[in-house]
Amino acid sequence: MKGKIPFVFTLCTLHFALLSSLCAQEITPPTDVKVFDTPNDAGNSITIKWKLSSQDSLLDGYEIHRSQDPVGEFIKIGWSIRGINTYTDEEIMYKGKILHEVKNKTEYYYKICGKFDTEFTSFSEVAGPTISSPQLFNKSKINVLIGVMALLISFLGFIRIAKRGGRLFIRKIAGLEALDEAVGRATEMGRPVLYVPGLSTISDIATIASLNIMGRVAKKTAEYGIPLLVPNRDPIVLTVAKQVVKEAYLAVGRPDVFKDEDVSFISSSQFAYAAGVAGIMAREKPGTNLFIGMFWAESLVLAETGAATGAIQIAGTDAMTQLPFFVTTCDYTIMGEELYAASAYLSKEPILVGSIKAQDLLKAIILTAMIVGTILMMLGSNVIANLFKV
Amino acid sequence: MKRTFPLVICFGGGIIFIIQFFIPHPVSKAIYDEALNWLIIVSVFAFAIALESLFRVHGTKIKRRKPGWGFSVIPLVACITVGAFGIIQGVREGTVFMKVFHYITVPMSATVFSLLAFYMASAAFRAFRATTTRATVLLIVAFLVMFGRVPIGPFVWKGLPDIIEWIFMYPSMAATRGIALGVGLGIIGTSLKIILGIEKGWLGGGGK
Repeated sequence: MKGKIPFVFTLCTLHFALLSSLCAQEITPPTDVKVFDTPNDAGNSITIKWKLSSQDSLLDGYEIHRSQDPVGEFIKIGWSIRGINTYTDEEIMYKGKILHEVKNKTEYYYKICGKFDTEFTSFSEVAGPTISSPQLFNKSKINVLIGVMALLISFLGFIRIAKRGGRLFIRKIAGLEALDEAVGRATEMGRPVLYVPGLSTISDIATIASLNIMGRVAKKTAEYGIPLLVPNRDPIVLTVAKQVVKEAYLAVGRPDVFKDEDVSFISSSQFAYAAGVAGIMAREKPGTNLFIGMFWAESLVLAETGAATGAIQIAGTDAMTQLPFFVTTCDYTIMGEELYAASAYLSKEPILVGSIKAQDLLKAIILTAMIVGTILMMLGSNVIANLFKV
Repeated sequence: MKRTFPLVICFGGGIIFIIQFFIPHPVSKAIYDEALNWLIIVSVFAFAIALESLFRVHGTKIKRRKPGWGFSVIPLVACITVGAFGIIQGVREGTVFMKVFHYITVPMSATVFSLLAFYMASAAFRAFRATTTRATVLLIVAFLVMFGRVPIGPFVWKGLPDIIEWIFMYPSMAATRGIALGVGLGIIGTSLKIILGIEKGWLGGGGK
């Protein structure tokens, strides 16, 4: 302990001596300041980059100053901590009011200084002028555009093959194969079929995929003359689901079997909806429960209640966190992409089957890119990895 | 016309918003924001349809004295009274509407959520019966993960957390990414099919 006190004291003395000497001498300012219009944006933004001070570790950070006149008064507009050499000067809004403005098509000049405690380094050279402007195309998304175009071309190619009568193989999907059997079982038992189209909104593609399957299930229930119960959480999904079921009943010539109250609204609250559907399962005892769409924590509440009533259950979702619950509680589970392949699989329409093959082709390309990219990365090249950056 | 008109709207809207995705210009953003506002307005009107459905379903049950009709009285009375308080007093803190939300809605939701613990136990019991090879693998992995995640696991064997980490980082992550890749392509593919009018199931009728 005795030896430690003089050591700490010496260290403090040295530290203060170093600080005093730094204040006394000039710390080199940041250099090589570059300003440019922020790329791929909606305008009102300028990016400033600089080379850090050679004594960066001794600074607290950097102050960014701006002016519209290179020899006029510069005003501090921002702050960046040490080690960071980029700052984006952009418009700041608060409650509809502009707190800081960056005008498009206006020339701006910038200079930067380092800050240490209450001291400042000298300013860097003035950089500019530069102007901000909105862009018409986001170049950083060009790889996405190429990907979508590739899928589109592949779509058209396979649809053409399918139309010419070419045989396109789709592997067996047990969950979809079992759909007819499940509806048939409910018919034999004289019980209704319960169809839960997920809890998400219509803007979720999983919900739309679910509605596609619902149309086909509704056709079957209409043919067999059994009720199809569709409880909904979202009002827009309710409207679309009602129309889908009604049209399906009309298509098989059984509009008389359709009951408006069978496609109903339960609640927009997640667990109130889960409790409501569990109540329907307990009271109506459906012979078949179909949970197809987007689900969250309520998935297990629904599927376990259904399992307890002894119904045959088929689930389909792309929610990866809910898949284990459905796998353990349902007889069949339609996993991830199988949900999106359902309409093609069930209808066997060449155009739809062709689109599935197009997806498979793109998947094969991505998998190849992943394998090649991994090998190249191990060899120190990021060429493939950079192609997929957005 | 009944099918063509929605398809034309869908194609037009889809193409506009695909192009919008690649244009960062403020005009493009304004179009997107406007579309979102429309969506909110449509949602509000759709709620009226939802309410109509709620009243029709429960009203019919009460009218026809169907079994359990008494339960149908509760949502209707709750909807009318809480809705009326919300309109009269507003939805500020301290109002009846907010008190109902804090002291009835939230605890009831929490109750249903907490039921998950029991459902998980019963689902696990069914899943972990080692009847097949796959179920046995699931049982062993689940046991290892659960045992390794509680303090006693590393206490029994220090190497257990590393095995758990390996399971999460490699086999589990590989499967998750495989599913995610398929889902991503499925979403893009389905969206394109809907926009191009190849997929028409959402219009009703159940397709061909």
